[in-house]
Amino acid sequence: MDKTWNNRAWFMVLPVLALVAFNAIIPLMTVVNYSVQETFGDNVFFFEGVIWFQQVLNSDRFHAALGRQLTFTFTILAIEIPLGVAIALAMPRRGFWVSVCLVLMALPLLIPWNVVGAIWNIFSLPDIGLLGRVLNSFTHYNYTREPGDAWFTLILMDVWHWTSLVVLLAYAGLQSIPDAFYQAAKIDGASPWAVFRYIQLPKMKRVLIIAVLLRFMDSFMIYTEPAVLTGGGPGNATTLLSIDLVKIALGQFDLGPAAAMSIIYFLIVLLLSWIFYTVMMRGEGQQ
Amino acid sequence: MRRLGWLIPALYILFLMVPIYWLLNMSFKTTNEILGGFTLWPRNFTLASYREILTNPVWYNGYINSIIYVTVNTLISVAAALPAAYAFSRYRFLGDKHLFFWLLTNRMAPPAVFALPFFQLYSAIGLFDTHIAVALAHCLFNIPLAVWILEGFMSGVPKEVDETAYIDGYSFPRFFVKIFMPLIASGIGVAAFFCFMFSWVELLLAKTLTSVEAKPIAAIMTRTASASGYELGLLAAAGALTIVPGAVVIYFVRNYIAKGFALGRV
Repeated sequence: MDKTWNNRAWFMVLPVLALVAFNAIIPLMTVVNYSVQETFGDNVFFFEGVIWFQQVLNSDRFHAALGRQLTFTFTILAIEIPLGVAIALAMPRRGFWVSVCLVLMALPLLIPWNVVGAIWNIFSLPDIGLLGRVLNSFTHYNYTREPGDAWFTLILMDVWHWTSLVVLLAYAGLQSIPDAFYQAAKIDGASPWAVFRYIQLPKMKRVLIIAVLLRFMDSFMIYTEPAVLTGGGPGNATTLLSIDLVKIALGQFDLGPAAAMSIIYFLIVLLLSWIFYTVMMRGEGQQ
Repeated sequence: MRRLGWLIPALYILFLMVPIYWLLNMSFKTTNEILGGFTLWPRNFTLASYREILTNPVWYNGYINSIIYVTVNTLISVAAALPAAYAFSRYRFLGDKHLFFWLLTNRMAPPAVFALPFFQLYSAIGLFDTHIAVALAHCLFNIPLAVWILEGFMSGVPKEVDETAYIDGYSFPRFFVKIFMPLIASGIGVAAFFCFMFSWVELLLAKTLTSVEAKPIAAIMTRTASASGYELGLLAAAGALTIVPGAVVIYFVRNYIAKGFALGRV
């Protein structure tokens, strides 16, 4: 759509700008402020320059948490995106069952995140949880002791929680394909793979980019669910970036390093999201 | 192969339902039965946990607090996002693309980064432990999302509609309320649904900004879990009750939910 140039449109954006700026800029400046200062209490601050940034960027603890975060994010993306697409392809296109599927699948998305953690905490308990009990009859399983089991439970929980988002997005993309496309493919004698590759996948491209973007951002920021499920343990095995950050900021009250880490963390999310966003907008421009 | 296709969604839904079934199962058991052994369904069916939650003000006030701040947040977010989304979908103006991306960056800000500064900010302006504080704080990620969704739906309405209305002598506010808003009613519904959803499920900021008066149900659950030992039955019943508002809201938007998750951009 061709838009008119009108700078008075700024007035319509003003309420949003005021609300978001109040919530974003003031806290962000507080974080920046802390990140360059040292305090020994009593509200006395000393300017320290970039020392905290150097300290965080060189610390093994940060590298380890970042490594775990990247492992987690790319594992769940590698599982949830193909799984979500496969389920969306197999879903009925019309009729009574569509609503049933959509409502039931959306349910995990509306459960408060700490309740999601609590559900999986109870469900996986090795002695009285259903999952823990079933797994223990085949193999030894204890997610509070074994790092491997903790990771398995964490990833299974995230797949349970968020795959529906990918399904719903992919399904919305599939619904927008006119029947004529399928009829044409049938006349041409196209194989199911060709239909997927040349009709369905291109139509889903835009929504899939949104899905990857949302899943990337949210999994990179995940805090509540793993905090309730494992609390970052056993040891530091599942201490993702945000859990580590809260441990430093609210647990040890090291404001300087925590603030520096916040800024580095935010910049990483921003940079990677910007890359996704640019790719997405380029895709829209071509159409 | 084709005929067995229904198995994939069916198995997936089964996988989604099993942990919820386990939660409900636990909520109907007595604490003794939960800790005493492994049973697939409650042997001594009891509603004691639910009775405790619905009669004890500490518990049910948590639900009321959550519903108040979620509702206030949804109203603020959608009301502020409507004109902004209109501006983004209809006009070009100085710095519009930068502004739009900056709004989205706030959706990318990890709440863990903002927890402590938010606490200090809202304490300083005297709003700590009020519903409005949480409602305002959640605007950080809900307003960008609402703008994004509404902009998608509004761009689907042809511009000729606006022009015709102006020729017919409608003023802008009257056109917006009488003609434009009914046209994007499903978009408004979807945006409200998403604001409700993300405000309802968020805990870190809601917990940081409240202590007694406005404490959300989710935070009461974590505190009770540690304070009174490990009352799994009570915890399970409280968790099961937090699913109800979400399920009710999904039912109302079920026909638009897929399009909504695609942010109106299909």
